[in-house]
Amino acid sequence: MNALVRLGAWSLNGLRRLGRGFRFLLQVIWRLPGVVMQPRLFTAQLYSVGVLTTQIIAVSALSVGMVLGLQGYNTLVDFNAEASLGQMVALSLVRELGPVLTALLFAGRAGSALTAEIGLMKVTEQISAMEMMAVDPLRRVVAPRFLAGVISVPLLAALFSAIGVLGGYLAGVGLLGVDGGAYWSQMQAKVDFYEDIVNGVIKSMVFGFVASWIAVFEGYDAVPTTEGVSRATTRTVVHTAFAVLALDFVLTAIMFGD
Amino acid sequence: MDVDDLVILEDVHFSHGSRRILTGIDIRIPRGSVTTIMGPSGTGKTTLLRLIGGQLRPDAGRVVVDGHEVPALAREALFELRKRMGMMFQSGALFNDLNVFENVAFPLREHTRLPESMIRDLVLMKLHAVGLRGARDLMTSELSGGMARRVALARAIALDPMMIMYDEPFTGQDPITVGVIMQLIRRLNDALGLTSIIVSHDVAEVSAISDYLYVISEGRVLDHGPPEALSRSSSQWVQQFLQGRPDGPIPFHYPAPDYAEDLLGPERAS
Repeated sequence: MNALVRLGAWSLNGLRRLGRGFRFLLQVIWRLPGVVMQPRLFTAQLYSVGVLTTQIIAVSALSVGMVLGLQGYNTLVDFNAEASLGQMVALSLVRELGPVLTALLFAGRAGSALTAEIGLMKVTEQISAMEMMAVDPLRRVVAPRFLAGVISVPLLAALFSAIGVLGGYLAGVGLLGVDGGAYWSQMQAKVDFYEDIVNGVIKSMVFGFVASWIAVFEGYDAVPTTEGVSRATTRTVVHTAFAVLALDFVLTAIMFGD
Repeated sequence: MDVDDLVILEDVHFSHGSRRILTGIDIRIPRGSVTTIMGPSGTGKTTLLRLIGGQLRPDAGRVVVDGHEVPALAREALFELRKRMGMMFQSGALFNDLNVFENVAFPLREHTRLPESMIRDLVLMKLHAVGLRGARDLMTSELSGGMARRVALARAIALDPMMIMYDEPFTGQDPITVGVIMQLIRRLNDALGLTSIIVSHDVAEVSAISDYLYVISEGRVLDHGPPEALSRSSSQWVQQFLQGRPDGPIPFHYPAPDYAEDLLGPERAS
């Protein structure tokens, strides 16, 4: 009986949070046009959320691309199909690994920082002070950060895929001796702009939206204590990971399911 | 209703979840005065300031500021009213991505379209008033606690408000800083024609600078009056609080079973 009560309380609490989250999202979206009026705030966020994340994206993409090249070669060579390595690497990256890994890395590097920053502004009463100065913190603090995340993730995902393809080239062509011309021409012939690239970009746009939403919401909704902020930061990373992986399955089923 | 009262709280009730914080508070704050609301920690003093600023809504009762019913105000009207209220938070609540100058300039930049030269003049005047004109280029992390509060004070008066609320302005400060802040509160109040509301439990300091005191505990006003009158209060509770006696109506011991029973009773065996 006790367990049932706890389950009920847990679900109710979850639903309540979800409701708060959606209301918060609408309020933030309502304020997005205002971000255009404060370009300096927005570009500062674009820098700290987007530009500062490029480093981890570049390093991870290079390593993922090289591993794909090595592993893909080992399988393809059994069928004498190692010339298709470029196609395999590119499709894996553009359709799946680029958007998904970028979103996960973004949550770890930028999302957690956004949550901690907004949460600490709450702890130190900065959000409260802003409200008392008749300045809307959703417009001044949250909206620029949210938009910066939404714009950054698809660009970072594109960067991830591009560097990953180069990594695959380095491993496959550079180390294992796959023909360079075949690597590029197979890729060019078999990767479809609409079917593969556009779908991948749509995925990364959805992930960017969800990852940024979770990050700013968790920060704004954090219990204003040291422990509260630490929990909120953890939740950002964990919830983003779950949300991205679940959404990836749904989107993949819709896009490539038939 | 007395038009000379800038802030009126009438039979205000407020609960946080199931916890009842305020149970029928009546407070009147006359224009031009320095009024202090005193009480032990956790009795809802900060809640009172948030009710006056419209960040919280009372469950029942009236909160009136300058003739406006605060809980009934729409968002825009509330924001207009807040532009005329300053607040100094306990921590200072300075924006740590901005330096001292930009912190004080923040409300001016948000709410006015003044040219840069005039913003500079205004900011330097406000900083001069709190004695920190020379600290304009420091980052907030380089400030001591007392300096941070003075910068917060300069920021609170940036828009020339009609009133300022101080949340625990003396807590955790050294004696010199306490003296500086005391003097600033009184001097700014009189020089700028403000109305000041202080929330504090530092009896000696607030008695020295306040025109009127309220003592609250457990969500009610226990007594109120000018400092001299309050020091002769007939309430045992108020006397204990003002003189800081360890025992009295607020017992030294947290409720516990009988001492002898506890030490020698049956529970000891295990």
